[in-house]
Amino acid sequence: MSTNTIYGIFDDEEVLLSSVKEIRSNNIEIKEVYSPFPVHGLDKALGLKETRMAITSFIYGCLGLTLGSLMIYYMMQVDWPQNIGGKPNWTFYHNVPAFVPVLFECTVLFAAHLMSITYLFRNGLFPGAKSDSPDERTTDDKFLMEIEVEGDASAIKEILKKTGASEINEKDF
Amino acid sequence: MQKEATIRDPLILGKKSYHDITKDVARPVEGKANKYWWILFSLSFVLFLWGVLSIAYTVGTGIGVWGLNKTVNWAWDITNFVWWIGIGHAGTLISAVLLLFRQKWRMSINRSAEAMTIFAVVQAALFPIIHMGRPWLAYYVFPIPNQFGSLWMNFNSPLIWDVFAISTYFSVSVVFWYIGLIPDFAMIRDRMSATISPMKKQLYSFLSFGWSGKAKHWQRFEEVSLVLAGLATPLVFSVHSIVSMDFATSIIPGWHTTIFPPYFVLGALFSGFAMVETLLIIMRKVVNLESYITVKHIEYMNIIILLTGSLVGTAYITELFMSWYSGVEFEQYAFLNRATGPYWWAYAIMMSCNVLTPQLYWIKSIRTSFVATFILSIFVNIGMWFERFVIIVTSLHRDFLPSSWSMFSPSFIDIGIYLGTIGFFFVLFLLYARVFPVIAQAELKTIVKSSGSEYKNKK
Repeated sequence: MSTNTIYGIFDDEEVLLSSVKEIRSNNIEIKEVYSPFPVHGLDKALGLKETRMAITSFIYGCLGLTLGSLMIYYMMQVDWPQNIGGKPNWTFYHNVPAFVPVLFECTVLFAAHLMSITYLFRNGLFPGAKSDSPDERTTDDKFLMEIEVEGDASAIKEILKKTGASEINEKDF
Repeated sequence: MQKEATIRDPLILGKKSYHDITKDVARPVEGKANKYWWILFSLSFVLFLWGVLSIAYTVGTGIGVWGLNKTVNWAWDITNFVWWIGIGHAGTLISAVLLLFRQKWRMSINRSAEAMTIFAVVQAALFPIIHMGRPWLAYYVFPIPNQFGSLWMNFNSPLIWDVFAISTYFSVSVVFWYIGLIPDFAMIRDRMSATISPMKKQLYSFLSFGWSGKAKHWQRFEEVSLVLAGLATPLVFSVHSIVSMDFATSIIPGWHTTIFPPYFVLGALFSGFAMVETLLIIMRKVVNLESYITVKHIEYMNIIILLTGSLVGTAYITELFMSWYSGVEFEQYAFLNRATGPYWWAYAIMMSCNVLTPQLYWIKSIRTSFVATFILSIFVNIGMWFERFVIIVTSLHRDFLPSSWSMFSPSFIDIGIYLGTIGFFFVLFLLYARVFPVIAQAELKTIVKSSGSEYKNKK
């Protein structure tokens, strides 16, 4: 039995959304949906798990705060302690109010950059990567649903057509 | 689908389908530049060249070529630095704070406002580096292991806070901007024909990082945008607060005030929005975006200018009151001298451009007029430049010893560097308008149905 890939192309995100719900209620697995913009509610309709990007950002922020504190502690207390304008500088905690701006910036620097790098890494985005979208129009105005089927695909095509797909294409492997 | 109240005015004019937005955003990239673009670009490029020569002369000869003297040892360089940093703030406010507040009107202007932020911060960063006198030693400000006898920077110093604040602000702004640009670069990539313009196709293919718009990617995209907005919001407030601490932590009368951080942040937003308006009113004509940057956007920005302008005015008056109330003779003199001393004219320009003229925006016909807005936005830009000049020079020029009192007058080189950065800024912005998708089209497409005029009128 051969594996076919069916591409249902939609013109409107609301039609796509109702079609996704219909197809999933028939216990058919949707491999991927490509859209030109984020469709509100699509991740829930597809049953995608919630993303953990915000959690990574929090962890990276904590890391930035820790590394920033260690850096300042080492430079200002351990390696070369200085008396600056007679301000209390003999321990880190005496001096920490003056370090708040830099500590804050270190936190944000780490949280923002490392989260963005994680985002690119998890999405497989990097300079020179090739787009694997089956249809170039999906960055313009078309919404594409990709379904892999083994054997007979006519039932799925029927549902796609019924729920408003404007085009249905098929690819053999 | 997102819903919006029907009584709100549409944000996108004309009958726009998703494909029309794609075409409109890609048009400046695909087409040829029009006459206005070339005129503006040539003018800016001449200014830029003048700036390059002035900077080269300064670096080659030393900062003695500026108009500075022993008393007024900080003048145009720091004025320009604060002015440019302030201008950058509106971009982050539009892209981050308005995202958190779910203000949909930000979508057709956020890309350009962020570009403005980045280019303005580039100009700002030039000034401290040139002022170092030996710019090739600029890396001393970073905490890098070194051979100068384990010499570290002083983390108690506001100047070092500035280094961290501005470099973080700049790099986070660039990342935030780029994350949003990836899907739009992908849109342009997919429109480019591989046979007609293979080089361009390759360029945009490289820039778009292989984006294809998968559901999971969009889900992550939205969360990352939201978290970056959440991080950029305190960041933008911290940056100008820290810039103000360059002054506020000193003991110079007129600088040593606790009101500086909020007052500087408000001033920054005020001047930034004025610069956004100046740029967008030009840009909507130069790259034909009249349906996307509408009178509604201008009106909303004018309301923010009215609000922040009034708050800045309140801050000026609070400062005057506090100097009297403090009972400190030197403070009182510093403020009296600002208003009535030899620089009274600068103070008068600051007061009239920042406090008085923005009050005209109470009148609806003025705040919905492109011409009036353009003129008033230039006024605000001038007024905010003078605000920094007044704070810096009038506080310094009457030194503690009357024998060292002096005046400041800019040299030809001072003027050259300042105008040069304006030229550089416009050169960058105009090039951006030809190469980058100037509207965040992916985001904008999400509101076509709730706020496009065609759909609104159908209901």
